[in-house]
Amino acid sequence: MSTTSLTETDRTPALIVNNVSHSFGDKKVLDNVSLTVEQGAFVVLLGLNGAGKSTLFSLITRLYDNVSGEIFIRGFDVRRRPSQALQRLGVVFQSRTLDVDLSLMQNLKYHAALHGFSNREAANRASQALDLVGLLDRSNDKVRSLSGGQTRRVEIARSMMHHPGLLLLDEATVGLDLGSREGVVKIVRDLVAKERLGVLWATHLMDEVARTDQVVILHKGVVLFNGTVPVLLSQTGAANVREAFRSLTGTQAAIEEAA
Amino acid sequence: MTQSAFTAAGIPAALREAGEARHRLGVAGYFACFKGIVWREVLRYLHQRERFLSALVRPLIWLFIFAAGFRQTLGVSIIPPYETYVLYEEFIAPGLIAMILLFNAMQSSLSMVYDRETGTMRTLLVSPFPRSFLLLSKLLGGVSVALLQAYAFMFVAWFWGIQPPPITELKLFTFYDPPTWLGGALEKMTEPVITPLFAIPSVLQPFAGYVTVIPAIILAGLMLGSLALFMSSVIRQLENFAGVMNFVIFPMFFASSALYPLWRIREASPLLYEICRLNPFTYAVELTRFGLYGQVDTVSLAVVVGCTIVFLAAAVFAYNPSKGLIARRGGPGGSA
Repeated sequence: MSTTSLTETDRTPALIVNNVSHSFGDKKVLDNVSLTVEQGAFVVLLGLNGAGKSTLFSLITRLYDNVSGEIFIRGFDVRRRPSQALQRLGVVFQSRTLDVDLSLMQNLKYHAALHGFSNREAANRASQALDLVGLLDRSNDKVRSLSGGQTRRVEIARSMMHHPGLLLLDEATVGLDLGSREGVVKIVRDLVAKERLGVLWATHLMDEVARTDQVVILHKGVVLFNGTVPVLLSQTGAANVREAFRSLTGTQAAIEEAA
Repeated sequence: MTQSAFTAAGIPAALREAGEARHRLGVAGYFACFKGIVWREVLRYLHQRERFLSALVRPLIWLFIFAAGFRQTLGVSIIPPYETYVLYEEFIAPGLIAMILLFNAMQSSLSMVYDRETGTMRTLLVSPFPRSFLLLSKLLGGVSVALLQAYAFMFVAWFWGIQPPPITELKLFTFYDPPTWLGGALEKMTEPVITPLFAIPSVLQPFAGYVTVIPAIILAGLMLGSLALFMSSVIRQLENFAGVMNFVIFPMFFASSALYPLWRIREASPLLYEICRLNPFTYAVELTRFGLYGQVDTVSLAVVVGCTIVFLAAAVFAYNPSKGLIARRGGPGGSA
């Protein structure tokens, strides 16, 4: 189980999850989960509600510690060197994290402060991040005045201000209409291409998987598949990701309806 | 709706490099983080006008109506720190300031339970700074808001004629009356010991009470805030404010020296008297009361500081990622 000490080099993966198990009482929520997100990779974590995605995210974001296995963000052990690891992590949570009564700029400045940036640098970084998601002209508007898709884009800007090596997104498109969903996915995919960012995208929406993506299928705490989409399709003999998911998990329930 | 062209402009190369050569979390970083957290709490408060008003109206109702009605019913004798007979309004003013602190702390505790579900607490906790530092900063943000509320109250009360008297010197006040259940394990002081600390320049004397009360408010606010912070990690589902009102705020507020001097309660019920003396809120009230009169009640100071340390340690423990209650319960907003 011991992993050789990793240092931050150009090739260090954005995220390594190594043999992580987690239980709440007697209930085993994660069972020996391993996955890797390389730099510049867009990895989709597919799973139904209750598959263990949120627990995995809680462990990666160090809401609570992993008791078994290891988690490295850009080579830094989340449990042993939390400060270095968290400095390299950006997260978009499923639930909203912005104050609707405050302006975009006020919100982003607060989040920049959480990473220790002075007021002036926070303002610079906030402007750049807002530019990145195409909302620079709205920086003095209140978050309340934004649409759902725009709010999500601000959340992405928020998570990018400290230029993380790893970006986690937890059901980032839930509750958005189709157009906004595509916009959000496009922004994140562009970031992957331009910034060599590693992205772990948790979702239960099969149509968000592109043909070149790496897919990790998590079901009842166990990783059932870990590989690229073509491999997934050839292994299962399925015509599309949805069918492959159903044949692997044996769930007949339509995935999309679970939303 | 939001299908407009996205300017995925990319981060300028120079900035990306700066990001890669990681920002050090030095003293300046800590300060920026602390300032950011406190400022957000204050900004949020200033943007919520209803919260501002209700926080001000509540103690004023007690002052203008309840206290006016009770003035004739309840005589207040001369007890420290008072040197003359005081009006009932003047007696309960420090209790009402402590009530502001209590409500503010409980409200922020509730908002933390709510925040846990909305993700605001999650974003705070993924900050690379130590978690105890983040929680303490959040607490001090809440205390800053409470301080603003307390000053708004004192400002209105000033026009009503409720003003602390001019203070000529700062004094330490020590009087210890150990609880009877300790059975004489601690020696009782029969006479208070008053130690003068330093004289206050005559120009400042009329306003000195408003300044000397600040440390008392901050300490009492920290104590109640850390209690609330601990509660926010223990209480999982706290749907509304009513539960907190009934089970925390009312018992703490009424079983204390906020509305009546303790010797009065002793006459009514010795048991209730003992309960009041076990209530940390009593000491928050007394610390504030003596603070307004330029005095430091050493017993209250010791109790408030002690309770703050205990409650804060409990809260930090509860939020500790490896040992804490959140880890055992499966974390904010549900499990799995």
